[in-house]
Amino acid sequence: MTLSTDMTDAVNVSNVSKRYGTVHALNDVNLTIARGEFFGLLGPNGAGKSTLINIIAGLTLTDSGNVGVMGYDVVDDYREARRRLGLVPQELVFDAFFTVREVLKIQAGYFGLGRENDDWIDELLAELMLTDKADSNMRALSGGMKRRVLIAQALVHKPDVVVLDEPTAGVDVEVRRLLWRFIRRLHGDGHTVILTTHYLEEAEALCDRIAILNHGTVIALDTKQGLLDSDIGKMVTVRIVSDHPVTHVPDSIADKVRNINGNTMTLEIRRDKDSISDVLGTLTRSGIRINDLHTERADLEDVFLQLAYRNAR
Amino acid sequence: MNARGFYTLFWKELLRFYKVMLQTVIAPVITTLLYLLVFSHALGRHVVVYGQIEYTAFLIPGLVMMTIIQNAFANTSSSLIQSKVAGNIVFMLLAPLSYLELYLAFVCAAMVRGLTVGLGVYLCALPFVSLPIHSLAAVILFALVGSALLATLGMIAGIWAEKFDQLAGFQNFVVMPLIFLSGVFYSIHSLPEIWQVASRFNPFFYMIDGFRYGFFGVSDIDPRISIAAVAIFLAILIVFTVGLLRRGYRLRN
Repeated sequence: MTLSTDMTDAVNVSNVSKRYGTVHALNDVNLTIARGEFFGLLGPNGAGKSTLINIIAGLTLTDSGNVGVMGYDVVDDYREARRRLGLVPQELVFDAFFTVREVLKIQAGYFGLGRENDDWIDELLAELMLTDKADSNMRALSGGMKRRVLIAQALVHKPDVVVLDEPTAGVDVEVRRLLWRFIRRLHGDGHTVILTTHYLEEAEALCDRIAILNHGTVIALDTKQGLLDSDIGKMVTVRIVSDHPVTHVPDSIADKVRNINGNTMTLEIRRDKDSISDVLGTLTRSGIRINDLHTERADLEDVFLQLAYRNAR
Repeated sequence: MNARGFYTLFWKELLRFYKVMLQTVIAPVITTLLYLLVFSHALGRHVVVYGQIEYTAFLIPGLVMMTIIQNAFANTSSSLIQSKVAGNIVFMLLAPLSYLELYLAFVCAAMVRGLTVGLGVYLCALPFVSLPIHSLAAVILFALVGSALLATLGMIAGIWAEKFDQLAGFQNFVVMPLIFLSGVFYSIHSLPEIWQVASRFNPFFYMIDGFRYGFFGVSDIDPRISIAAVAIFLAILIVFTVGLLRRGYRLRN
């Protein structure tokens, strides 16, 4: 068996490019995901997230470059690589001929597992609150239930790496919480989890490290805290409401003012360099009386939007 | 070798047609028996083939083989196109199955369906006509190779087609003309010379002719040539199909 990539990595993406006609879906992407990591893959629509996920899962072939899963090349050692990876696809796809239990047993069978895996299937059904639907046809399930079956299918062979492509898209709050809890448990049990999502709060709540893709290129790759501590992440938006329309601003803080609208002034300051109390003191000394104050720290969404916007320009 | 993976896919493909047996097994048997009823009543008393064989008896092996190959084709092609359109093909593509395991699982299941329907037609027709069996080995051999060939062609069609109407086009403009011009309903000796020559370029002709030889011991051409022609054509299609699977043509993109 050829070990094509570093055995210590869960996923190793090396110089991967993919074109669809004239569109560069992925452009020389390099990425390493460590074992046991909770990794987020973010990006606007068409950024190349799903293409990258599909290449990692072996569903799409690259034009150039290599991908390894747990040290096995997804093309040359596809059997070993696929045994170690479970994918929850983005679309609610299902085989309308079968019941939930049949679907799971068939999927386990593809991976060489028979009756000895039945207890694990029962456990998955219970964990994902599907036990009472085990003998229902897939067509009879709601969207949220189908999503949970997809997760069970991805886990039926106990893979080391679990890839979830927008797992909470279109599900209600209750199911989303259930899935979050379940995904956290998977990670706690030692699985490497790769998550793509449009919900930035989801990435912020779950992921240790995040890559942001745009136009097929990795434009940011850092820990969640690293991104939040970046220049963009250190920004704090301060909105004050004065008792009079604001007509003048002291020169010393003029560069921090983003907007003045009647009695309301919005400023952006850096947490690491500026002091909110100093800024407020300067405003007060200049005769601006502050009636109300609102502060907002930059979150992952601000970082994401700023980076994506910069990249688009 | 992922033996259980292969067996699971094979079993899944069997279940897929078993669960809708009315549509996949019983309906084609009834349709074929209707062909038999109409043609035997219209021509049975007026036509004798190979100088001694009653037309109804001559017709049955042709219809059985037609049913076998039509259903073998339908099983692989419809399974693949349905999985592609519905998107659930990803579950199979994510599995640690080799290209050959995928190919064999699909083709074996399709052969089972084709042979089941063919056997159904044969058994239903038996009470109405006396049908000898000259060489059971030839009957089984041509049934196996013919069903494998059309199952493979069905895989090619299912992989190539991206929409149901493309598959219908393949079926109506390629498979059906080849079946109807292969001698299911006639001996090619009853055709004008030019059509006799044209028939020899139709691989389906060799399947039907060789299969019919198994029953009557008489055929339009030597059955050894027929089996060689069908085997060569099957080998070419296998290499082509496994090549498509290996390249991931219209599957892994």
